[in-house]
Amino acid sequence: MVSNSNSSSEYNRKKNKEEMKQQLITFTLMIVFTLIAFSMVIFEFDKLYVIPVLLILAVVQVIFQLYYFMHMKNKDHEMPAFMFYGGLTVATITILTLSVITWW
Amino acid sequence: MSDHTLNPEKMPHNPEKATLEGKNKFLAFWFFLGGETVLFASLFGTYLALKGSTNGGPAAEEIFELELVFVMTMLLLTSSLTSVYAMYHMKNNNFGKMQLWLGVTVLLGIGFLSFEIYEFTNYITNEDFTFRTSAFGSAFYTLVGFHGGHVTFGLLWIITLMIRNAKRGLNLYNAPKFYIASLYWHFIDVVWVFIFTVVYLMGKVG
Repeated sequence: MVSNSNSSSEYNRKKNKEEMKQQLITFTLMIVFTLIAFSMVIFEFDKLYVIPVLLILAVVQVIFQLYYFMHMKNKDHEMPAFMFYGGLTVATITILTLSVITWW
Repeated sequence: MSDHTLNPEKMPHNPEKATLEGKNKFLAFWFFLGGETVLFASLFGTYLALKGSTNGGPAAEEIFELELVFVMTMLLLTSSLTSVYAMYHMKNNNFGKMQLWLGVTVLLGIGFLSFEIYEFTNYITNEDFTFRTSAFGSAFYTLVGFHGGHVTFGLLWIITLMIRNAKRGLNLYNAPKFYIASLYWHFIDVVWVFIFTVVYLMGKVG
């Protein structure tokens, strides 16, 4: 029994370490994305494609944050994902509405 | 519940979701984050709509300093990683190291907040850019200030948890509390990613 529980905690430790490794890779990528975003603006690249690339970088970085740092990739996160995407849907509609009434 | 229920001899793999209370907190907190997303979306929408209304005051591309924003971004992003470390040690049932990394997170958060206060003071005293200067000013201070308020609240939350539980050690009663505070801290960084992109970088591009 004792050895059994030890091996399971060993297994969990290994699993935690594995997850930590993924999170470190995520962090490195997020730093790289931030550097790209800032340098594109500092070196004054063409506005026409800087803005869409900036937005894409931000979205990817947030996806990393949500799925890896906040564990949304894990199995027991169906309801949290539902809650969050519910909020995100209303958020999108809100920004869309405010943009349309301003610039249409 | 008996003391043994909350302080088991062997901690479960996910101490933050081992009790019903922990599960409820976890779910309700994600529901709250969905609501927070809507709150910040309306502030972002307002900012985008009023961004050009400078009323003769300074415009976005004139006042923003990217060096400062870059340092702030790095501080907050790193603090997100240190709170990941804290949760890693929580799952390995290492209370001391969890407290240590939460402490580092708090220090980085305080650094971020100090730079933000410096930034606002600089705008108000040297650039003549206040909440009342223009619609752009109102929208800017509301959006960025709201985020700063979240940082302040998050810092107080984590510090309170650290002090309140310092002598208790980790158990199934406080593990969900620590976990949820760290989720909140990550969410603050999520919002900041959009602030530095939409407000500062896109403001500089024009």
